[in-house]
Amino acid sequence: MPLLELICPAGSLPALKAAVDHGADGVYLGLKDNTNARNFAGLNFDEKSLKEGIRYAQGKGRKVLMALNTYPQPATLPRWHKAVDTAAELGVNAIILADPGLMGYAVKTHPGLRLHLSVQGSATSYEAVNFYRERFGIQRAVLPRVLSLPQVENVVDNTDVEIELFGFGGLCVMVEGRCLLSSYACGDSPNTFGACSPGHAVRWEQTATGMETRLNGVLIDRYADHEKAGYPTLCKGRFEVQGETYYALEEPTSLNSLEMLPEMARMGIAAVKIEGRQRSPAYVAQVTRVWRAAIDSVKRAPEQFKALPAWMAELAKVSEGSMNTLGAYYRPWK
Amino acid sequence: MKLSLGPLLYYWSREDTLAFYEAALGWPVDIVYLGETVCSRRHLLRLPDWIDLAEQFTAAGKQAVLASQTLIESESDLKALRKVVADERFLVEANEWGAVRLLAEAKRPFVAGPTLNAYNPDTLALLAELGAVRWVPPVEMPRDMIAAMPIPEGMQTELFAYGRLPLAFSARCFTARHYNLQKDDCQFRCIDHPDGLVLASREGEDFLCINGIQTQSARVMSLAHRLDELHAANVSVLRLSPQSRHTEKIVALFRALLDGSHTAAETPAKLAPFLPAQPCDGYWLGEAGMAYSGLSTQ
Repeated sequence: MPLLELICPAGSLPALKAAVDHGADGVYLGLKDNTNARNFAGLNFDEKSLKEGIRYAQGKGRKVLMALNTYPQPATLPRWHKAVDTAAELGVNAIILADPGLMGYAVKTHPGLRLHLSVQGSATSYEAVNFYRERFGIQRAVLPRVLSLPQVENVVDNTDVEIELFGFGGLCVMVEGRCLLSSYACGDSPNTFGACSPGHAVRWEQTATGMETRLNGVLIDRYADHEKAGYPTLCKGRFEVQGETYYALEEPTSLNSLEMLPEMARMGIAAVKIEGRQRSPAYVAQVTRVWRAAIDSVKRAPEQFKALPAWMAELAKVSEGSMNTLGAYYRPWK
Repeated sequence: MKLSLGPLLYYWSREDTLAFYEAALGWPVDIVYLGETVCSRRHLLRLPDWIDLAEQFTAAGKQAVLASQTLIESESDLKALRKVVADERFLVEANEWGAVRLLAEAKRPFVAGPTLNAYNPDTLALLAELGAVRWVPPVEMPRDMIAAMPIPEGMQTELFAYGRLPLAFSARCFTARHYNLQKDDCQFRCIDHPDGLVLASREGEDFLCINGIQTQSARVMSLAHRLDELHAANVSVLRLSPQSRHTEKIVALFRALLDGSHTAAETPAKLAPFLPAQPCDGYWLGEAGMAYSGLSTQ
């Protein structure tokens, strides 16, 4: 079983090459439509760039994982099936799925294709993970960012499925796959549309009281002149609760679990995922470089591992709101 | 068409909870969902209490369903889940796939809850094969998509038709966060907010509603005025979500609607005094969930 594979985001061919060149063991990517959870304009792969990406990554011994992690709907199911077929034909190393119905199709049509359970599948217990294992033979599960490390360990100890954890990047405060805030505000959810707080619903407006960001008309945040305005991801806005205005759900912050690498190594975590398919190739290069060095260091000598200040500074530069959190891995965050 | 009383999503005192269900024994609902589905820390009613209520509702001629926890985090959550699954007298609503696994293993029929994310025919067929006798579509699923789903034989559709919409679940407790408390020392402050804690935009627009680790809509989903469309989409059960006040009146209005005592068009005005907030029905039409179009023009 692999240990701490570094899985990096590829929102484009240049980002894929950046990840591979800077030490990713694998990249994950999606097609240019709503079959994956980063359905943003200008991102992702068509068949031509996918072929080139696979050639580039696999030519250097790295893996390509294709995310088909939204939930197919009755009228458009054939599009998801075709995407699974394309992944199999082009020879990706695995597909990352959330929908059990789609897993059934993949197993039946392409029995040799390796399946990973997406974070969008919302599996937080070994009973859930083992369901997908028994039924569809999944080989890896990506856990939602809601469990503390001891809870993660309990999953690892009770399943044969490889466990992949998020290591760094934008932080969903909700259980992935169980969050409909975006569709409540603007009609499109990650589950069916493949995007949260999608660009078409976003408005930025400079007003007398500051820069305002809106999602389908709902004021998500208002920034004073000295504040840096952020993208209006709706769980990271400032709202009013009982007369108090604050980040009621979560601050604009990024997950950074780098200091927990020795614990993850001890538990036998198979892979660490970096979030950010919507980010630039420069981000991918920078984050991949730091995490490659950190993982190599923990594998060499876990007892001596230290999260070097230079690494942390480098990561802080590319964090959302320049802030980091350990998220749910650290229990008091909850 | 039947009426169900959905699981109680809030945390009320033991006294208030028991009084609510004692009254509900006499309400004209066909099905009652019992159990704590939101937060495993809530403990004023334990499983034996819920089972006791289930027995009472069964004796009152209603179908009692034990609803399982939506977010399973720890071994003790799993222990609680296994106990729910083990009581063969009552149907169980599975709200995550670990529960599905245990129920299928025990060869027990179950209700597929709204957070199982059955968005397509293949997944629904799988649930039927595993033992689901009823499914609750994800609350965001629009009318046309529900109508287009081939329903497996022997399965019924139950729709979330009234109440603040359960939109999201987190490991974090937002009520505790509001009071600057950690979840492990939350002091059960959610008990002070029997219909949740409204979160408004900085322009004073009520937007969401905080209920512990769950985030709900501030607006109240209400589909009573769309009865014809509910019939056309083969919906068999309408789920009404409990609120701290007026649930009895809401149940009675839905029952009168189904009995033909008043029309769908008349219902919104009759319901209005009993809603804790503005209504919404956008999801049903495939729009933003918070939208409200009011009466159908069809």
